[in-house]
Amino acid sequence: MIRWIKVVLFLTCLVPLTWLLWKFFGATPRDMTTWGIGLGANPIEAITHETGDWTLRFLLITLAITPLRKLLQVPSLIKFRRMLGLFAFFYGCLHFTTYLWLDKFFNWHEMWADIAKRKFITIGFLAFILLIPLAITSTSGWIRRLGGKRWQALHRLIYASAIAGVIHYIWLVKADIRKPLIYGGILAILLGYRAIVWLRAKIKIKTTAPVTVTSRIQRRRLDSV
Amino acid sequence: MLIKKADDIRSSEITPKDLYLNRRKFLAGAAVAGAAAVTGIGVKELLTPSSLYAGEKIQGLQKSSFSTDEKYTPYQYVTHYNNYYEFSTEKEEPADMAKNFRTRPWTVTIDGAVKKKQKLDIDQILKFAAPEERVYRHRCVEGWSIVVPWIGFSLNELIKRAEPLGKAKFVEFTTIYDVSQMPGQRRQVLQWPYVEGLRMDEAMHPLALLCFGMYGEVLPNQNGAPLRLVIPWKYGFKSIKGIVKVHFTESQPMTTWNLANPPDFGFYSNVNPNVETYHSQATERRLGEFNKRPTLMFNGYDQVAGLYSGMDLKKYY
Repeated sequence: MIRWIKVVLFLTCLVPLTWLLWKFFGATPRDMTTWGIGLGANPIEAITHETGDWTLRFLLITLAITPLRKLLQVPSLIKFRRMLGLFAFFYGCLHFTTYLWLDKFFNWHEMWADIAKRKFITIGFLAFILLIPLAITSTSGWIRRLGGKRWQALHRLIYASAIAGVIHYIWLVKADIRKPLIYGGILAILLGYRAIVWLRAKIKIKTTAPVTVTSRIQRRRLDSV
Repeated sequence: MLIKKADDIRSSEITPKDLYLNRRKFLAGAAVAGAAAVTGIGVKELLTPSSLYAGEKIQGLQKSSFSTDEKYTPYQYVTHYNNYYEFSTEKEEPADMAKNFRTRPWTVTIDGAVKKKQKLDIDQILKFAAPEERVYRHRCVEGWSIVVPWIGFSLNELIKRAEPLGKAKFVEFTTIYDVSQMPGQRRQVLQWPYVEGLRMDEAMHPLALLCFGMYGEVLPNQNGAPLRLVIPWKYGFKSIKGIVKVHFTESQPMTTWNLANPPDFGFYSNVNPNVETYHSQATERRLGEFNKRPTLMFNGYDQVAGLYSGMDLKKYY
């Protein structure tokens, strides 16, 4: 059952990319005069924005798994978290590649200058870089090698990445920050949930006997990334 | 399985564009005729120029030596990729949202440091000079550019008629403020109404265009009808749309984008590949092209360089 859900989920996660390709090539006439017109007058800008949006969306969906497991009492949701996180990384890669290829044309020198000078690119780059170790260590082998605790500590980097991603969006918009604030609001709820859980646990620890504490912390940590 | 598409509108039911435009003109004409009957002015006089609505052809276009011979950007792009925050902050939306925008009656107030403070009817202004077609490069601060055959005449034709006083050093332009027609103005993403400005000598430069048409036709509403500026050597946001006021002043106007974000939007905002704003301005993408091209100083309009001699353009950007 889980296996089949995973297959369906995998294909669903590819829908945004398929949609982009469909829009891009579907309306392009044979003579290529108005290539990509399905995405509007500036298709490259549209691709940049869409891939960026989907990176943030997948980050938020991934971060929603833990709260949803508890609130809906469906612990098996954890089985899909790795795939969702990797799709966040996948769309992040597409977003970064669009920038590097279609904006900078693989001019690395210009890219580094951009990253150094422009704060919205600096923080966007940071958001992307932070996801790389998470993608690499997403396998069961790496969880074993690092050990559950260390692995989870490392994977808390997703909080920093998501925050950096939202700031990247806020800083790049010139006047109308409504959309990035929606992402920011959802992220605040998802991280706020974790903060509350953590605080509650902390209060409990103070009032419980020390012997039980360690095992509790361990259990909680395994659950709560 | 064969899926048949529903024919919701038969092609025979679609009104041809010129017929539907004529109907609007007829209605406007009827209103004008009524007014003429009351005031005693000849109907014919009131109806010229006949071009009132977006999409109508403008007759008697003069060629201009300022025109570039570069390929026009497709009309579809220029009319469906508009930064017109009074309607929406999404560029593809003004095309639809502005389609019922009222461009008549329309008056432009001329005031401040001028001899002839006045309220001009738009159709009076359109008769100030013969319409010229000017094919200009247009560069947005966002990093894209277009080539557009604008229609209009030099802004100085209007300014001369206002007879500015010696103390007038700047001209300030204001866009219409009408929340009922421009839903974007309900949200304070910028300070409304939109204000732009030029130094007097910039405004008097013959390249500065007072524009009311493009591609041989009356300006579409989403492109700034009925009256806008086109300042080809400056970033696009300086080319204000939907102008209702021209104010002459001694001090530099407080312009909208400059107020919103002073480090990125200078008062001058001349196209300058060497001055970086929130991103590099060294290159640009012409809409419809894949590769980027280098951005030219003053967008390639070197004849304006004299306006800024002795000025540090990194400081006054």
